[in-house]
Amino acid sequence: MREVVAEAQRPVFLYSVGKDSAVMLHLALKAFYPAPPPFPFLHIASGWDFADLLAHRDKMVARHGLDLIVASASDADQARVTPFTAGADVYAETLLTGPLKAALTAHGFDAAFGGGRRDEEKSRAKERIMSFRSTSHHWDPKNQRPELWDLYNLRLSPGESIRVFPLSNWTEADIWAYIAQEMIDIVPLYLAAPRPTVERGGQIIVLDDDRMALAPGEAATLRSVRFRTLGCWPLTGAVESTAADLPSVIAEMQASTTSERHGRMIDVGAAASMEQKKQAGYF
Amino acid sequence: MTEPDKRELLRFITCGSVDDGKSTLIGRLLHDTGMIPDDQLVALAADSRRLGTQGGDLDLALLVDGLAAEREQGITIDVAYRFFHTAARSFIVADCPGHEHYTRNMITGASSADLAVLIVDARGGLTAQTRRHAVLCNLVGVRAMVLAVNKMDLVGHSPAVFDAIVADFTSFAARIGVTLVGAVPMSGLKGDNVCAPSPNMAWYDGPTLLTLLETADVRADLAAAPLRLPVQWVNRPNPDFRGYAGTIAAGTVRPGDAVRLLPSGRISQVARIVTMDGDLDRAVAGQSITLCLADEIDCSRGDVIAAADAPPQSANQFEATIVWLDEAPMKVGRGYWLKLATQMVSATVQQPKYVLNVESLDHLAARTLDLNAIGVAELATDRPLVFEPYADSRVLGGFVLIDKLSNHTVAAGMLNFGLRRAQNIHWQALEVTREARAAQKQQRAAVLWFTGLSGSGKSTIANLVEKRLLALGQHSFLLDGDNLRHGLNRDLGFTEADRIENIRRVGEVAKLMTDAGLVVITALISPFMADRDTVRAMLPAGEFIEVHIDTPLAEAERRDVKGLYAKARAGQIANFTGIDSPYEAPVAPEIRIDTMRETPEAAAERIVAYLNGPHRDTFQLLE
Repeated sequence: MREVVAEAQRPVFLYSVGKDSAVMLHLALKAFYPAPPPFPFLHIASGWDFADLLAHRDKMVARHGLDLIVASASDADQARVTPFTAGADVYAETLLTGPLKAALTAHGFDAAFGGGRRDEEKSRAKERIMSFRSTSHHWDPKNQRPELWDLYNLRLSPGESIRVFPLSNWTEADIWAYIAQEMIDIVPLYLAAPRPTVERGGQIIVLDDDRMALAPGEAATLRSVRFRTLGCWPLTGAVESTAADLPSVIAEMQASTTSERHGRMIDVGAAASMEQKKQAGYF
Repeated sequence: MTEPDKRELLRFITCGSVDDGKSTLIGRLLHDTGMIPDDQLVALAADSRRLGTQGGDLDLALLVDGLAAEREQGITIDVAYRFFHTAARSFIVADCPGHEHYTRNMITGASSADLAVLIVDARGGLTAQTRRHAVLCNLVGVRAMVLAVNKMDLVGHSPAVFDAIVADFTSFAARIGVTLVGAVPMSGLKGDNVCAPSPNMAWYDGPTLLTLLETADVRADLAAAPLRLPVQWVNRPNPDFRGYAGTIAAGTVRPGDAVRLLPSGRISQVARIVTMDGDLDRAVAGQSITLCLADEIDCSRGDVIAAADAPPQSANQFEATIVWLDEAPMKVGRGYWLKLATQMVSATVQQPKYVLNVESLDHLAARTLDLNAIGVAELATDRPLVFEPYADSRVLGGFVLIDKLSNHTVAAGMLNFGLRRAQNIHWQALEVTREARAAQKQQRAAVLWFTGLSGSGKSTIANLVEKRLLALGQHSFLLDGDNLRHGLNRDLGFTEADRIENIRRVGEVAKLMTDAGLVVITALISPFMADRDTVRAMLPAGEFIEVHIDTPLAEAERRDVKGLYAKARAGQIANFTGIDSPYEAPVAPEIRIDTMRETPEAAAERIVAYLNGPHRDTFQLLE
């Protein structure tokens, strides 16, 4: 992180407010201590964010005096595209990738920190720690710069940018162990609590507000659930769990036999879909 | 269950030729150590039916082959990092490509590895690729190797085949100086001797591959070495705090330790080791820290904080081993950015002393380095580098070269040693300074560097500028490319290498003339941006004024004042800029002259106005 700050003109922290972001924020606070992190924090709000997540974001911003920028799709796009009317690809492109690219361009950010990890998804295993994007934010997996030792070539031509993944070599287990060890504050949704839910398409959806119309035969049920990963609420499946504190979450995770992004409906589709989204500019 | 972060970490790479079964082997390791979650196994079963090469069986290679393009080609094209653990150790596997054209990715994977697993197809034995990979690993300091003789099921589990391959490799390993940690006969496809001993090869009583990985002893003790802390970032949140942040490359540091700052050589003491969780009383190699020193001394990014009694060397000429990673061959004499630890300097590489044939290990003569070539060459930097030989320190001995135009990483290198002659030639301090010479002429020295196509109007406008300066009483000198080629540069032709040398010489002459206080005007095509930037870097900030005489090729060819375009089109002149040799236009020249819109007289007026303008600070026009 310090390497990027030393060499980039205008770095930004992509703050998703999830657990990886929480760890990365903690690392940033440590890396620059006693100075505050010398870059702004960008949150892409889709309009379908968990209320608890937004509250946690604002709490962190206030506690650490962070410079927060919130970017969203236009009102027209938000009205046109919803999780219930649009396919996963159109949804991600319109409400997430589009506003992200627009914000990066509008603010002239040339380096963006993201919480991606190589263990998350197959195409991310091949991601560099410093990942180069063309002027249109596209990723060319065949033309990435070699990263030798810990030497990063951060030189850019005008308009090009880099995505930086400081957590590349962390695993989900490492993230939880670190959160427990450093007592990092995370969004409460990661811990089990009784929440109103509905089952749809094999996933348990937590009803975060009243915008989701129930189909005939569906009924809101109170279940004790938590999340392994946080996206937009209508598109993120919860897991049934009673793990209400960190040690029990870690114990559950070690016993788990499904992968973390299993609950992300945005990943469903052709097997290489994440890679295609990345080439188009998704994180 | 042990906490993952409490286990010892081993980073290793796997290398092998296409179809040696590397991806299958890694898939096997992940699968047999229980790393594959159920939902991924379900997806794998579906993928195996659709894409697999194992009939209806699970194709474990698909777990590892992440990228769509490579799935289609059926080969691995990039480095992929995989994670697994056992009770004994955590592992990070760099899956290194077997494809000939992707050596750079293998070097990447190997540069941070502790151990290499070389995979050999039992049917084919050692190949040129295997030897190349062993040499590359050894080159970047991976000395511990495991030989995995794969696909034993396809040679009837024959001990004779295995023994022959091991004997072959052992003699090769001895020649290049690597340690063979072990050799295992196995089958990644069937799982024999990967994680569990094989009933099919009872004749083999050695450890399985996994056992070897769990027990290999590969760590050097870096904490005991003298302190090396490359300064990454200066932390200055307010005037009362000044900390130097970086990752300790070697050694141990405690408050009160005497340290020497390089390259300045100043000595100070460590006052504090600052962290968010309170000050530390010691920190060791590998830790990222922020140090405060007892004295207010100048120290910035790129400096190295070292043990006062055992500092590293500094030099500006070196012998280095270089692995060329770019499609375009190395340009001898061209300036590249060189990044070593947190230092960034401009460097030029000499013609290689030799390139290494990785199969015969012969030293071959070469004029340059092509993609994937490994050579030894001397290089010179524009400022001294604080360094250690790569054999002593990966951090202070390993570097990359970056093309100044494309910003691509074009080479990886390892410093072997600094050259004595650089340490013994000192600058003679001149008592009459360049500033005094310029002041005597009541002007500020500068280089007006004209660049543009042949026939664009460089010489015409340069002559007008010089006349105008003479009329103003300013002292100038015009260096014309064509004229210089009759004398100083008459030994040079028009190949890319000769053009680079041509520019270098003109740049040096221009620099001497600015030292004498003159306004130098150069009129050369100077087609390559990197070479112009090299001259820019030779001069003090603000003294290099790039003037782009911008005439479209069609117009220059239409004018064809010297009849050269006609000759080039007729094939009588080779390497002619704009015809069969590229012209790289300046991206942000100080002055751009569009000759389609501006007369030569108006252009000359504008150039002189810029030269004597207010933004070139101190200079005042003569009355």
